[in-house]
Amino acid sequence: MLLILKHELLKTYLKWRTYIGFIAILVLVPVAEVALKLEGGSMIQRMTRGIDEDFLLVGNLFNGYFVTQFIMNALWVHIPFLISLVAGDQLAGEATGGTFRLLLIRPASRGRILLTKYITTLFYAFTLVVFLALVSLGLGLTLFGSGPLLVMGKTFTIVAANELAWRMALAFGLATFSMWCVASLAFLFSSLVENAIGPIIGTMAVIITMLIISNIPVEVFRSIRPYFFTHYLTIWQKALDDPIPWKTIGNHLAIIGAHCIGFYIITWYIFVRKDILS
Amino acid sequence: MPSDIVLRTYALGKRYKERWAVRTLNLEVPRGEVFGFLGPNGAGKSTTIRMLLSLVTPSEGRVELFGLELHKHRHDVLSRVGGLVERADFYPYLSARRNLEIVASLIGGLQHHAIDEVLELVGLLQRAEDRVKTYSHGMKQRLGIAQALLGNPELIILDEPTTGLDPQGIKEVRELVGRLSSERALTVFLSSHLLSEIEQTATSMAIINMGELVVQGKVTELLSTGESFVKIDARPFEETRTLIGQQRFVKSVKHINGILEVSMPLDQVGTLNRLLVHAGIEVHSLIPRRSLEDYFLSITEGTTDIR
Repeated sequence: MLLILKHELLKTYLKWRTYIGFIAILVLVPVAEVALKLEGGSMIQRMTRGIDEDFLLVGNLFNGYFVTQFIMNALWVHIPFLISLVAGDQLAGEATGGTFRLLLIRPASRGRILLTKYITTLFYAFTLVVFLALVSLGLGLTLFGSGPLLVMGKTFTIVAANELAWRMALAFGLATFSMWCVASLAFLFSSLVENAIGPIIGTMAVIITMLIISNIPVEVFRSIRPYFFTHYLTIWQKALDDPIPWKTIGNHLAIIGAHCIGFYIITWYIFVRKDILS
Repeated sequence: MPSDIVLRTYALGKRYKERWAVRTLNLEVPRGEVFGFLGPNGAGKSTTIRMLLSLVTPSEGRVELFGLELHKHRHDVLSRVGGLVERADFYPYLSARRNLEIVASLIGGLQHHAIDEVLELVGLLQRAEDRVKTYSHGMKQRLGIAQALLGNPELIILDEPTTGLDPQGIKEVRELVGRLSSERALTVFLSSHLLSEIEQTATSMAIINMGELVVQGKVTELLSTGESFVKIDARPFEETRTLIGQQRFVKSVKHINGILEVSMPLDQVGTLNRLLVHAGIEVHSLIPRRSLEDYFLSITEGTTDIR
């Protein structure tokens, strides 16, 4: 099993396609951060307009953590797209390349091969989120320095600078979980077709449709929002709440986990019965 | 004591919606032989092979390898089988060695020298570190055979391994198959749509058409049974017909569009030719044929529906 996993990882990480996501992050994050740097603190001023009449805001609020938090909003659509590029290719790519005929005639069971591919997919999502963290935080702290984090929502919270290292680690950890859900969906779609384009389009179509429905200000749509996994893509924001809502995080993680397991079981059911005709 | 039959199918069939790609197929592949699986394109050869290698689930019947049912003993059975299904496809961005390591990991891992050995056997050891995308079609086919040989299988199943190869490549693959059978005592299941290929390579054979088994048995027996005849185009026509009709070994003579079709044993062809030439007859062509060959040609040309 470990040997198969090792080769699955090698296959994925020796493929040019795998690095599209990393390159995209390496281009987009610096561009966004440099643009924010050029714009100066006007963004913070706009966000704190009204608040600064009642509160005295001191310290460097326009800092690397704030910029990273801003960039993490890419976890709605951009990062899922990059993840589906690889996750959607895991099974469909083998079908397109005809290499299922190489793999599935061997003693290793389809279930075992599928599991190693799924672990590889999750590992890819993990490395992409870690890379996003390293680039956005590394460059952010270099360009903007450190300081407390202003979190704007229905209320506003300021998280002390000395807490931010572990809170950011927690936020990216939770983001990884939510991206695993996206990866699992793309992986499921990948088992259905023989071309990697389909899973990418399918995954993005599901995410965008769910996001649009969730954001329509009608009560009936609001009430079904918790049933959409996209509702939990922002779980990382909970790591920046004060106090941290551990119970809510636990519930959301359980729901994300249930989605991942559900998607995987469906994929397994399809894959072990699938006739390989490619 | 091991069975003499390494592969057996029982009423094997595969249906795609309303269409049966393979139906009620009963095959028996004897141990240590090169078994030719012959049929025209679309006859159901690849579907059968996909069922034998668990890529496709049969709609009916079952496959037994080494006396074990494939469905129930997949791991044990496939540990003893190697295969190449249709075109040899690999990961083009990886080296040949890395590709074989991937296959080896699915067998349970093999020593470095085992990979070297199969690469050497197919003449690719010197190119082992090159990416597969730099390989020619013939080299990929040879690499396909190499991966089929990983893990020292007792049976290898090759699906039209010479397709798309140049004459030299075809010759090399045929010789390799012959060597594998004789030197390694491997059982080889070889599919082809060319009777000549099966004739030159196989010891046993089966013919499939429109998803159904037409005939199976020893190649020599199948090709010698049935009527043999010679098609002769010679002038003057009447004199030729009279002379041929006088020979004892000739069973019958038919006249079809200016060509004489003479029913006779094929070992008398030389004698007949000599007689005609000595009689001053101008022989334009003299083509020995067997009924099986003609039959196969007729189904491959789509002129005969065997049902």
